[in-house]
Amino acid sequence: MNQDYKLFHPKWHRTRIPIFWWLRKRAYTKFITRELTSVFVAYGALLLLWQVWMVTRGPEAYARFIAWLKHPLVSGAHVIVLVVLLFHTVTWLNLAPKALVLHLGRRRIPNVVILVAHYGALLGATALFFWILVGR
Amino acid sequence: MGVQRSREPFLWALFSGGGMVSALCLPALALLLWIAPGMGWMEGPSYGGLSELARHPLTRLFVFGLITLSLYHWAHRFRYTLYDGLQLYHLNMLIAIVTYGIATLLSIATVVVVWFVL
Repeated sequence: MNQDYKLFHPKWHRTRIPIFWWLRKRAYTKFITRELTSVFVAYGALLLLWQVWMVTRGPEAYARFIAWLKHPLVSGAHVIVLVVLLFHTVTWLNLAPKALVLHLGRRRIPNVVILVAHYGALLGATALFFWILVGR
Repeated sequence: MGVQRSREPFLWALFSGGGMVSALCLPALALLLWIAPGMGWMEGPSYGGLSELARHPLTRLFVFGLITLSLYHWAHRFRYTLYDGLQLYHLNMLIAIVTYGIATLLSIATVVVVWFVL
């Protein structure tokens, strides 16, 4: 519904829903958790940008960045970041068959095929990054 | 409101692209670029190696795409989390301007860093 229609609408009755309505059911909590993984995705994007920026600032600045990564609180926090990113990856890829309805001729491509293709892409991308970055 | 509606598919495409590219790439990058060097499991890419890799045109394009799309993914999801989760219906326009605005400003910063500074 176009929410502009209900702005300043004087007659509507709306039952009050508590702010933490999404803690009432597991499915709701999972939904909000899934949505909040986006904060960690943004953090990853910004950290990558920061890392590139440190590369442009020269070897000393980059060494300071790596030293910061080694701080126990930072490296510990990054393990949590990875866990949340993996939650994003799994929930996102599992939704792919629902978002992507493909047909081959008259037959619908089965969900399993779409799932396998997406997890294959994850595996391929991960292998590619290992190949490019390890030992560089 | 007609204009607002027609923008939705475009914003959704950015959200969706960002969701996909971050889902496929960020776990491996977090492990290899941040956790492994941080934990001392491996030295991580050397400065010289990374600096050469980062300047490759394909890397610049990839880094720009990954960062920008991930930011718009955040903007879109976070917008609707505030909207539904905290029920801030009356702040809809303000929230949209702030979230997409932050993503846009940081995307411009990304272009500057990846194409002009690097």
